[in-house]
Amino acid sequence: MKLYCLSGHPTLPCNVLKFKSTTIMLDCGLDMTSTLNFLPLPLVQSPRLSNLPGWSLKDGNAFLDKELKECSGHVFVDSVPEFCLPETELIDLSTVDVILISNYHCMMALPYITEHTGFTGTVYATEPTVQIGRLLMEELVNFIERVPKAQSASLWKNKDIQRLLPSPLKDAVEVSTWRRCYTMQEVNSALSKIQLVGYSQKIELFGAVQVTPLSSGYALGSSNWIIQSHYEKVSYVSGSSLLTTHPQPMDQASLKNSDVLILTGLTQIPTANPDGMVGEFCSNLALTVRNGGNVLVPCYPSGVIYDLLECLYQYIDSAGLSSIPFYFISPVANSSLEFSQIFAEWLCHNKQTKVYLPEPPFPHAELIQTNKLKHYPSIHGDFSNDFRQPCVVFTGHPSLRFGDVVHFMELWGKSSLNTVIFTEPDFSYLEALAPYQPLAMKCIYCPIDTRLNFIQVSKLLKEVQPLHVVCPEQYAQPPPAQSHRMDLMIDCQPPAMSYRRAEVLALPFKRRYEKIEIMPELADSLVPMEIKPGVSLATVSAVLHTKDNKHVLQPPPRPAQPTGGKKRKRASDDIPDCKVLKPLLSGSIPVEQFVQTLEKSTHHPPVPFLLEQHGFSDIKVEDTAKGHIVLLQEAETLIQIEEDSTHIICDNDEMLRTIRILHILLSSKLKTPVCLK
Amino acid sequence: MLKSQDLSSRILSFSLRLAGIFAAQENCFQYLQGELLPTLFGEAGPLGGAAWTAPTVRSGWVQGLRTLARHPSALRFLAACGAVDTIFSLQGDSSLFVASAAGQLLVHVLDLAMRGPAEGRRGPRARDWPACAQKIVCHIEDSLCSAATPQVTQALNVLTTVFGHCRGLWTQGLWVRLSPLVARLLEKDPVPASHSLVDLLLSVARSGPRGAAGGVGRSSSVLSSDRGLWETLAQTLSHLSPTQAGPLALGILKLQDCPQALRTQAFGILLQPLACVLEAAAQAPGTPGLLEGAAGDSMTVDTLLSSKSACVGLLCCALAHLGLLQPLPQRPSPWPQVPLLGAVVTILRLCSGSAAPTSDVGGRLCAILVGCGRVQRAALDFLGALSQGTGPQELVTQVFSILLEYLMSPESSSMVLKKAFQATLRWLLSSSKTPGCCDLDPHTQQFLRELLPVLQKRLCSPCWEVRDSGLEFLTQMTRQWGGRTGFRQALLASEVPELTRQLLRDPESYVRASAVTATGQLSGWGLRATPASPERPGAQQESLLGELLHILSTDSEGFPRRAAMQVCTEWLRDGRADVAEDPERFVAGVLQAASRDLDWEVRAQGLELALVFLEQLLGQRGSRCPYSVGLPETAPPGVLAQALQVLCRVQLFEFAFRALFDCDRPVAQKSCDLLLFLRAKAASCGSLQEAGDSPSVASVEATLQRWQAGEQGQPLGYLEPGAIVAVLRSVDLEGLRDTLAESSDHVEKSPQSLLQDVLAAVGVLGENEADCY
Repeated sequence: MKLYCLSGHPTLPCNVLKFKSTTIMLDCGLDMTSTLNFLPLPLVQSPRLSNLPGWSLKDGNAFLDKELKECSGHVFVDSVPEFCLPETELIDLSTVDVILISNYHCMMALPYITEHTGFTGTVYATEPTVQIGRLLMEELVNFIERVPKAQSASLWKNKDIQRLLPSPLKDAVEVSTWRRCYTMQEVNSALSKIQLVGYSQKIELFGAVQVTPLSSGYALGSSNWIIQSHYEKVSYVSGSSLLTTHPQPMDQASLKNSDVLILTGLTQIPTANPDGMVGEFCSNLALTVRNGGNVLVPCYPSGVIYDLLECLYQYIDSAGLSSIPFYFISPVANSSLEFSQIFAEWLCHNKQTKVYLPEPPFPHAELIQTNKLKHYPSIHGDFSNDFRQPCVVFTGHPSLRFGDVVHFMELWGKSSLNTVIFTEPDFSYLEALAPYQPLAMKCIYCPIDTRLNFIQVSKLLKEVQPLHVVCPEQYAQPPPAQSHRMDLMIDCQPPAMSYRRAEVLALPFKRRYEKIEIMPELADSLVPMEIKPGVSLATVSAVLHTKDNKHVLQPPPRPAQPTGGKKRKRASDDIPDCKVLKPLLSGSIPVEQFVQTLEKSTHHPPVPFLLEQHGFSDIKVEDTAKGHIVLLQEAETLIQIEEDSTHIICDNDEMLRTIRILHILLSSKLKTPVCLK
Repeated sequence: MLKSQDLSSRILSFSLRLAGIFAAQENCFQYLQGELLPTLFGEAGPLGGAAWTAPTVRSGWVQGLRTLARHPSALRFLAACGAVDTIFSLQGDSSLFVASAAGQLLVHVLDLAMRGPAEGRRGPRARDWPACAQKIVCHIEDSLCSAATPQVTQALNVLTTVFGHCRGLWTQGLWVRLSPLVARLLEKDPVPASHSLVDLLLSVARSGPRGAAGGVGRSSSVLSSDRGLWETLAQTLSHLSPTQAGPLALGILKLQDCPQALRTQAFGILLQPLACVLEAAAQAPGTPGLLEGAAGDSMTVDTLLSSKSACVGLLCCALAHLGLLQPLPQRPSPWPQVPLLGAVVTILRLCSGSAAPTSDVGGRLCAILVGCGRVQRAALDFLGALSQGTGPQELVTQVFSILLEYLMSPESSSMVLKKAFQATLRWLLSSSKTPGCCDLDPHTQQFLRELLPVLQKRLCSPCWEVRDSGLEFLTQMTRQWGGRTGFRQALLASEVPELTRQLLRDPESYVRASAVTATGQLSGWGLRATPASPERPGAQQESLLGELLHILSTDSEGFPRRAAMQVCTEWLRDGRADVAEDPERFVAGVLQAASRDLDWEVRAQGLELALVFLEQLLGQRGSRCPYSVGLPETAPPGVLAQALQVLCRVQLFEFAFRALFDCDRPVAQKSCDLLLFLRAKAASCGSLQEAGDSPSVASVEATLQRWQAGEQGQPLGYLEPGAIVAVLRSVDLEGLRDTLAESSDHVEKSPQSLLQDVLAAVGVLGENEADCY
């Protein structure tokens, strides 16, 4: 069993698991942090951005000034933003049989995989994952396509040139593989390959393994996966949460007894408690608005925003903010708010019960009804008529490189009354803000990441007790900036195996058993003999039939009638005679007794025609680490007896080997297979 | 009655207690011991029968004996009926109440038995002890030698009570006899019933062997037994685990006089955990530690690192113990203020994750402590306590910076924040105590500049507890520093006053109450939300008064209304300008709101305000000390008449008379005091007495009688000052005051009530009522 690690981002994983002749891709997250190297795409012409000076080398060479622009000491690529894809060279992705998606954030690279690698398999995901994933992709495509950029920079990617660039461009990895955003057509085609699944549904893959999604408690429809055969179980835990937020709670019990547990998607801010952050968010929001300032919340159109709106719903009256408008601007804002209300079965118990009242599960419905929350597809159109300040705006994209947020940053950045509050943990807020410097508006960083922290992980591992844990390298040591924080790493026994991008991991896993079915009629013909109380043995002669990873013992064809054709007759020759009942062999070889028997073999002739044979005289027994070696010097024969095998090695005397020695061996009690060489 | 078969357990229990009360008198005992007492308490009684299974019967039995055992005859009775053995067995009763009462009864019996022969002497020799005492002491000895921990615990608890409550000299003899057995407990591993052992040793050390002689003029033999005690204490300290030894160490340090070596040992135990933390987190070797040479005590380190709960428990106990010790006059001297400050700052840093220890132990401590709320709370409490001492400026700066870190951190829970606010307040106040300086020093000024934005944010927190503790902090700060220029400037430059004002409309009642108090305090110092317009300087204030009256009359919760009443009272007392302009209108408005209030504390506070108003009109009440002798202050008749007119106009009498019959005793008491004060003032002036027989007086008295009977509907109507004085004279205020001064259960405890209970019990039984008479 092998694990191919295609992504280095611990919360946007993409791994391929080879297990029992199946090739399973676990998630295909898209690392969008590469976009931070690009200039923002303004919705409305921005004189500031378009007048940024071009960058030139120290020696004054300005050949890159069309591609690279300088802003407050940072250099940005002036081109359509590009994304860093999962590794495509490590393994032939056309051989991937299935892709299992754990949540909507971890499927953003799907079109690149399904549309450009020769992938012909199936993708499995839950319905909310697909629907909200579609919204996220749609928003991304929309954000990028609606600001067409004439030029596409590629010169800077040249390795020799990249070396000359300032950080972080200089250190960007594998820039040559960075790709532009996919199209809506590719998105639709990719999503058409998805097959919907429900929690605890068992899906057979080629008869070899069974995969099952389990609730992971992190987002609507988010899942962990169990991949198991009859005797092995691999759990894939990706983006799970034990907090009480809107989704169904995490199913921990089903993860028990795993041989391997692959653990990804832990919280990106292990030192921040989401409750504290929500408090910080509310306080700062209230302070800004009370002072007449506006609040900008760069966010994804689904996920934490539902919880934030719910907190605000409870908070705004107490904080005297009832008259402040809340705007949610996204091409998919409407769908996102509505989708959240219809996936009742995927919600936590509290919200599910509301549906029976009947009431909308999320209170943002009421905010919309009372006109406190308004949503728009874009800043153009109705929004510009309704826009009132001070206000609170939720809009994307959290990277601040595209989407309506770029406009608000340009609009509000100059006033210190306004505040931008970062709640999404995916991007470094300092890097996100870099192209907007100098900035007068206040910046508050309250990342809300509800995924598991290390304390919860350690409790989870104690609870489910996997034999081995596999995780990204980032989780196997404390964060580099806080190397003394031994509590910020996975602590388990045996220590977790860690992986990094482009690494292939052989999982510590021995396949020991395979399940074989016996056809009823064959089972009927068996005659078990009890060798000790409770244990019976029977010999079986059968044809092993293997198809679709299922092994079946079938009764051998009946011996053909002699009147049959020549071909049939030959077939019947191969059939072993199973009518004769031979003694059953079991137990280990008693070496001493065996040697004595060899010496005295004449006294107990096993086969009548060997009567005249004498016993072996010069027998030497050597003890080895694994068992014994019996040397018959005269006969130039060596008998290797080990715990689970016995070899008889003699050069050419086939008679001696098979008839004399083997017979003596078989007449001793033995259980281990005997191999003839 | 006792012969009845279906006697309920409650009645049987009652009978046992009643008989005990009767038999407490020796003559009564003599009368009853013939038949009744053996039937109740002896073998023939409920003991061992079906009724005995009810805990209430066993409890009644113990309580009855406890009341009964007051004279030597009782002791003979106890011995005769074998009660002592039953008490022994009841010590392990399944009902904790019964078991505890049995233990106390045992002590009581022992004391009674020993009191006679030991009176006035140091205690007879053991073989001269009365048989009953011998029996009990032998039982205690057996229990102390027992292998079963519950037995040992029972014996230790009985001894603890003996040394805690019995003052006879015989207790010394008892200690001499039992201390070897107690010391032997220390040889076992683990020490059994360590908690009770600690209690016993402390109880002995506090009083026992020294007995009535106290701390002065003790004989040399007492000292020699003390020496044994100090040795036992020292041994115990070294035998117990660090967690178990903490309470003992604290107890030893609280003792008035004990050997210095023992005090040093005990203080070392308390300091040990902090010393370990300090050493583990030290950045450079050689940093001065808490305990020179012994910082790395392996047992303490092992406990700290063994598990999270052990580490947290030990640290919290150490911090709490040191916090209790800090303000005591007998605390160890020299007090290691600087290393303690260093240790507590280190602990707080480990908890917040901001410390970066280099040592292995430090790293593990960090992993255990990070984010631990219990330790944070204990450490902040202790840090607050340490504010009473001083420290080098560098360390004080560190203290303020860690406090600010906690106040800022979104990770701080509401309880931790509350403690952080409290500690900050204490440090701020102690740091600005510089004599002769009326303004804040630059460090404090700088800290305030950083603190106020944090406070501002906390006042906007979605968590009401946080808003509440922020407001409490603000109130206390303002109370202390409202007059300091630096504070005033910083506060007025912030949005804190405005936010506080907005919190008057908070959805949470506790927050509204705190906001009312804070706003009252701020406005008391003229720290208004925004400067009032120059044309109408009082406009802002007026509206604040309006807002308070609004809260008083409309708020659905009691806390904000109580707070509003307090603020109004303070304003009236301080003679604030806008109140002083028309106090009559102000008082009338407030009293009207208070009179309708359902909350008794609001009504009581209303009477307080009325009293303040009265004092302003008629002069102070004089010394409140009942023993002081002073000339009665007299008010000129003209002033009194005018004052009474005013009081009538603001309807103070209607309010006070209604309160006189208030169903809540404190309100009635307060009203009684107020009216007595008024009557005393009026008595000194005879000019208003002629209204004595006017019809209005009669009608007022009639109304008051109806009110007393519970018919509160009818109003008093407008009253003439003359009628008031007459009514004041006619009402038996002193009698009322005496009745009100009785405890609230005086009716239940009266003999009449007992008789009623007996009658009721008989009534339930359905037997002939006449028999009882």
